[in-house]
Amino acid sequence: MIQLQNLVKDYGSLRAVDHINFTINEGEILGFLGPNGAGKSTTLKVITCFLAPTEGNIFVEDYSVLEHSQEIRKLIGYLPEHNPLYTDMTVYDYLAFVSRIRQIGNFKERLKEVISTCGLHGVVGKPIHTLSKGYKQRVGLAQAIIHDPKILILDEPTSGLDPNQIAEIRQLIKHLGKEKTLIISSHILQEVQAVCNRIIIINKGRIVADGNTEELKTSFQNKTKLNLELLADATEVTSIIEHVKNVKLLSINQKANNVVEAVLEFQSDEDKRADIYKYIRSKNWTLLEMHRDTISLEAVFRNLTIEEGGK
Amino acid sequence: MGFTSTIANKELKGYFNTPSAYIILVVFLLISGWFFASPLFINNQADLRSLFGIIPIIYIFFIPAITMGLIAREKNNGTIELLTTFPLRDNEIVMGKFWASLGLIGVGLLFTLIHFLTILILGSNIDFGAIFCGYLGLILLGGVYSAIGIFASSLTNNQIVAFIISFFIIFFLFILEYTLILLPSSIAGFFQYLSIGYHFSNITRGVIDTRNLIYFLTLIVLFLRLSVILLQTRKWK
Repeated sequence: MIQLQNLVKDYGSLRAVDHINFTINEGEILGFLGPNGAGKSTTLKVITCFLAPTEGNIFVEDYSVLEHSQEIRKLIGYLPEHNPLYTDMTVYDYLAFVSRIRQIGNFKERLKEVISTCGLHGVVGKPIHTLSKGYKQRVGLAQAIIHDPKILILDEPTSGLDPNQIAEIRQLIKHLGKEKTLIISSHILQEVQAVCNRIIIINKGRIVADGNTEELKTSFQNKTKLNLELLADATEVTSIIEHVKNVKLLSINQKANNVVEAVLEFQSDEDKRADIYKYIRSKNWTLLEMHRDTISLEAVFRNLTIEEGGK
Repeated sequence: MGFTSTIANKELKGYFNTPSAYIILVVFLLISGWFFASPLFINNQADLRSLFGIIPIIYIFFIPAITMGLIAREKNNGTIELLTTFPLRDNEIVMGKFWASLGLIGVGLLFTLIHFLTILILGSNIDFGAIFCGYLGLILLGGVYSAIGIFASSLTNNQIVAFIISFFIIFFLFILEYTLILLPSSIAGFFQYLSIGYHFSNITRGVIDTRNLIYFLTLIVLFLRLSVILLQTRKWK
């Protein structure tokens, strides 16, 4: 549906986007992830025809941004970074203005739908500058979806909102993602993890990872850490590694009241938890706690973007 | 070109959604009214000549003030990114803004028709042709200044800077007429043709010559075209 071919964008001598290639399929919810200044917004600005590519091309449904930008603009709903709005207008006037430009036939009907989708009841008649940030964000979203676009591009849709507002906007995005192709840029991992089914991590204008959440995790995590808390004697606990194969003891710590804290490690592809548990039972130790330390996407992200940055 | 009127509509409403339009109009009407009314009985002439004399001078401040935000504010607020990613053409955006500016000027001029009513009541032998030409001249002049203002506004994202730039360009065109005596006669004719006052006074005198019309329309098209080009520089590679 959207195809980026060797996309390059320079700002003067600064290369913001450096030969990016990827394809987004219909119905995908793509999280576009990267630290600030990685080139996320720039890429989105080229897709939405705000900027022209320095090199390469983008195709949206066979339309090229270089030749058929007007056609592409009709297919896309776009919420730019920082959610710019005509704050002097009322919500109604603003959405009426947008729908006139979007050539929406039955505006009254559509407005009702959008108001209920975005939860704008009660603020329709108010000037936008009097609204809270969360409501402004909803107005921005309403603007982006009013023409029922096939493709929705949201540039950092939750930045600057409080946790409640973030949860509301995410809910809304999830809802919208059911029927649209969605691109969401963010530098916040949990956000992308919560809504997207595919993640592209970009750093210094280049793609450093591309895949779904699980794929990304497993490709960067080949060892699993297991944290144990037992009622036992520390010296005895070390015997686990002799009886369960391929397990390493990373640390062991005797605490007060006979409590032992141990950290074990094994290869992710062979789950040793059952064996470990059986051994503990055979020794009659009391198991207080046992949990895996799964490497978070956060760590993947940090690894990728900091390593790259250090080069 | 339906979108041009959508943009123009939005901008005109925008003027009246904030106090700016009201302040500008009140000041415009107070100054022009004073300069019209005070010499009226001294001259003892039922015409609007004093009005057509003062309005071009008020325009020098008035029009940069109404055009300064038209594009600069969009750039500053980031709304330009919305506007230029809507399925609109850049010239529709610029034309819409131009008509909005001319519309607000039109509202101002409409109010000055009160003075026309005054002389209609007071005087006889009113030269309707001269009055019609005077207003035509003011509209054309307003068009040129608006185009210059929009050009200046698309140069920057700072409204004050836009105001100053358009003020200087307009002031230059205005003052040109008064520098002619300082110039050698060989080039004075050329500069006279460039000066806006020369063409304006031709029209208000009741002579609608194509040369004058071409001068005004050329400037309007030139500055609007430059504005569109400036808007498109974002798309440069």
